[in-house]
Amino acid sequence: MKESLEARMIRLDKVGLHYGMAGRLRWGGQPQAALHDVSFTVPSGGFRWLQGASGAGKTSLLRLLHLELRQTTGQVKVLSTDIASLGRRQLPALRRQIGMVFQDFRLLPHLSAFDNVALPLRLARCDERQLRADVAEMLAWMELDHKAVERPSELSGGEQQRVAIARAVVGNPRLLLADEPTGNLDDAQALRLMRLLDELNRIGTTVIVATHNDALVARHPGRVLRLDEGRLVADE
Amino acid sequence: MNSRLSPRIKPPRDVLGLRRALGSRMLPLLVAAMNFLAALSLAGAMQAQSVAHHWEMGAARAVTVQVPDPDLPVPRSSNGPELSRLEAVLRQVQRNRDVEHVRQVSGAELANLLRPWLGADADAAGLRLPGVIELRLARADADLTDLARTVASIAPGSNVEAHEAWMAHLLRLAWALEACAAAVVLVVTLVAMVVVVVATNAGLSARREAIRIVHGLGATDGYIAGRFAARVASAAALGGMLGVAAALPVLVGIATLVTPLLGGVAMQWPTTWAQISPLWLALPAMPLLAWLLGYLTAQVTVRRWLRSLP
Repeated sequence: MKESLEARMIRLDKVGLHYGMAGRLRWGGQPQAALHDVSFTVPSGGFRWLQGASGAGKTSLLRLLHLELRQTTGQVKVLSTDIASLGRRQLPALRRQIGMVFQDFRLLPHLSAFDNVALPLRLARCDERQLRADVAEMLAWMELDHKAVERPSELSGGEQQRVAIARAVVGNPRLLLADEPTGNLDDAQALRLMRLLDELNRIGTTVIVATHNDALVARHPGRVLRLDEGRLVADE
Repeated sequence: MNSRLSPRIKPPRDVLGLRRALGSRMLPLLVAAMNFLAALSLAGAMQAQSVAHHWEMGAARAVTVQVPDPDLPVPRSSNGPELSRLEAVLRQVQRNRDVEHVRQVSGAELANLLRPWLGADADAAGLRLPGVIELRLARADADLTDLARTVASIAPGSNVEAHEAWMAHLLRLAWALEACAAAVVLVVTLVAMVVVVVATNAGLSARREAIRIVHGLGATDGYIAGRFAARVASAAALGGMLGVAAALPVLVGIATLVTPLLGGVAMQWPTTWAQISPLWLALPAMPLLAWLLGYLTAQVTVRRWLRSLP
């Protein structure tokens, strides 16, 4: 069935991304191409695996969708919005609708696990009482309630990853991006995470998960975007 | 779980970890030094202005009349007594309504004034000194034309000298002092801004990763810049208070030195608003100005830096 324009949560049209453009303009250096002519769409509520070898451009693509980078060429629509048409003031509100699990967690080291998870809700000015209940529930689900006041340096790698996941999903984002979310989890925790992602996807969240883990993909069949040297070689 | 967490967890005040990143004592100390210099400059300018004003009020009403050959007699009127030129001029100026006070400078006073130039005995040098009368006018803007004409008719060659030229020099000096003080305050303000920019940039470098994280989570530029500005501004205000506190004893000392130049009245607590020097009103405002300067400079610095993020 052909997707309507409104239903396209994500649409990339001949997108190219080059790092170091500013350096090239100033110093005449060679820009590094991360993505070439990448085109695909993801409908609202869709699920995609993102696969490819290291350096294939998975993280760059996720950062582009997370509005951390701007494409060099082509058109990017995220949450049905043309990114190029947005002013600087409109971007934060859009970012708050996107949850992102980073490969390196990106937790704030001076905040507790609770405050790290609560951060997106506080930035969105949510009611503090409701926020506490939501964060507490999320930490309990992640089996981290006993670690709520611990700082990231006091947590194991797996615990930090679960805090990062909790932070990404606590605000019920419309789009969830995850970069190797199971990298530091054991099988049981990875399974729990996939159940959480399935549940979020079932209630309408669009999910894109970058992973090297072929076994995980095999256990949870879904459409796969495959990148090779910055080019989209498969969307099946 | 929520009930167990609530008492222990409070919303963090320092989301970006700026207490450490901007916690150096260097910023308040440098701002304190700037405020100290600014307070001294301001005080110098204001005291120079008030001394100049005081002297202006006195000098503008002071007039000196010099009568050559003071002892020569003037032609006697029909029924009047025989008068010397000096006595006749003295009598005439005493009748003038614009003259509030008249004083004849005695020969001894005159000799005393001339001693540095003419030595101990001016008479021995064979000089014929003029008679000198000091006048104090009732109004600073009194017209001396008629008085000068009358004096010249009684004692030809007499000179009525207002102190305008001396006054002009004094006012130029006061203006120059004020201009210097304004330049110092401007330079100090610019240096303080540079200090704030450097401190803010150091904080941005130290907290680059935290800023990227909250930016990615949807924090606005205003949120991030506001966090930096609030902390920088409070450090600047603290520096402002320290600077004013350090300057206070010096300013009281200067005020004590200046008091004799303002008529010799000892320092007293003012009893009306009009008696309060603008300086004492400006001093409490300096920490507030330091706060404002820190806040605005940090806001601009952080917002410019954030433009490097998409």
